[in-house]
Amino acid sequence: MFDASLTTAGVRAQSRWWYLGARSEAAWIGALSLVAVVVLWQIASTRWVPSILFPTPLRTLEACSTMMWEGVLPHHVAVSLARIAAGFVLGTVVGVPVGLAMGLFPPVLIFLEPYVQFFRFVPPVAWIIPAILWFGIGETSKIFLIFYTTVFLVLFNTMVGVSAVARNQIRSARCFGADRRQLFLWVILPGTMPHVLTGMRLAMGNSFAAVVGAEFIAAQSGLGFLIVDSGTWMATDRMFAGMLTLGVLGILADQLFRAASARWASRYLLSN
Amino acid sequence: MAYITFRGIDFRYGPKGPLTIRGLDLELRRGEFFMLVGPSGCGKTTVLNILAGFEAPTAGELLVEGHAVTGPQRDRIVIFQEPDSLYPWLTTLENVEFPLRVLGVSRSERRARVGEALRLVGLRGHEAKHPGQLSGGMKQRVQIARALVLDAPILLMDEPFGALDAQTRIILQDELAQIAARTQQTILFITHDIHEAIFLADRIGVMTAGPESTLKKIVEIELPRPRTRGSAAFGELYEHVHQILSEEVRRVLRREDSLL
Repeated sequence: MFDASLTTAGVRAQSRWWYLGARSEAAWIGALSLVAVVVLWQIASTRWVPSILFPTPLRTLEACSTMMWEGVLPHHVAVSLARIAAGFVLGTVVGVPVGLAMGLFPPVLIFLEPYVQFFRFVPPVAWIIPAILWFGIGETSKIFLIFYTTVFLVLFNTMVGVSAVARNQIRSARCFGADRRQLFLWVILPGTMPHVLTGMRLAMGNSFAAVVGAEFIAAQSGLGFLIVDSGTWMATDRMFAGMLTLGVLGILADQLFRAASARWASRYLLSN
Repeated sequence: MAYITFRGIDFRYGPKGPLTIRGLDLELRRGEFFMLVGPSGCGKTTVLNILAGFEAPTAGELLVEGHAVTGPQRDRIVIFQEPDSLYPWLTTLENVEFPLRVLGVSRSERRARVGEALRLVGLRGHEAKHPGQLSGGMKQRVQIARALVLDAPILLMDEPFGALDAQTRIILQDELAQIAARTQQTILFITHDIHEAIFLADRIGVMTAGPESTLKKIVEIELPRPRTRGSAAFGELYEHVHQILSEEVRRVLRREDSLL
């Protein structure tokens, strides 16, 4: 008799608590998790806290679609995304070169590192009020906050990335007679790429938090403003719709970033 | 006249570190295959790094063809034990091509020379793979090809086969023996493996136990090439080298015991 459990696959399957046989199985579990959360949300909002304070999933989705048609949601999304994009690009453009300089030149590191370490512990939200006092309630203060969020994460990861380049990679390039320019462009820069991308990805996630914080305090538009404004008017369905949009946008942005990395930078993410 | 001369080399890490190498004298002949063996921690790699130009000796003089070594140079290529000197973002072809790009060689000439180097180490057909897609033995072949592509007169091999399985190691030893016979490069090779040393070397230098280690004895290996492992003469040489080396290894062990 053939005993399936005696095959290697069978043994491997038994040795795990749960065996994920195929991709489709994972997709089913994913779908199940989504349904479970929506059902739980539905029960919670109709049975446990049945009040205007906790809108049902359906009402939240309705609010989403209403605001879509009104053009309110696209407007706030566009405003928030533009702020994130501006601050993120600016922070990356400054953070990468400064991080490289710190990683490459000890004097620069000694000069700047205390401040980098210090400001790591001063979160962006702490800068909301000063930013508004200095730059007003317009775009500049929000972009400044996203910039602040991005620049330290990108800078710090880039700096760490430079020192993480394998010593033997540098040594062999020197054997081959590489000059400083070649060493930088062909060894250090590509070797630092994975860390740069990690820093950018972390910064992007944190930028979503920072923009909402800034828009909470002082703004006439943006998703943070939408959430606060709807809350003030007890329009909790719109408030939830804003939060839902924020989460979905965050996931999309992260996926887009990963897809772009895989498309244009995949070779730099390989290891030996 | 010696091709490479170590004269009275001392080495210590930093200004106040312990003296790891003391008064090392060694002369390498042009085109010879010189093996350096010694107990762990005796400073074999330091000797290689000094010749590579990665480390500067604290005292003494190091000459290559009469010129003092001041830093790494194209005439001395290092092959490391770990494959972490390869560039994972480059393919096999691009890795082997790298030294030629540094040198500014034209694309067509680069392709020709890379093709020849890859053929020598048996990597034809793997050009488009990245190092992460290759086995340990193949990665070491990439390192060897990358060193050969420059036609450097000196190869410095720091236990290049130490991390490979026994079968792969033997195959690569055979290949290296053929390559060395063909290219006539001067090779300084570090190993822990006495079999490997006797199979490949023209001379074996045994180092004393560290710290303050130096060269203890040089054994000439006059076996005819191509060599076969396991002949009677091979066995006698093994015993001879083993005798010299094990005295030093025992010194290390005794010291470690007394520390416990």
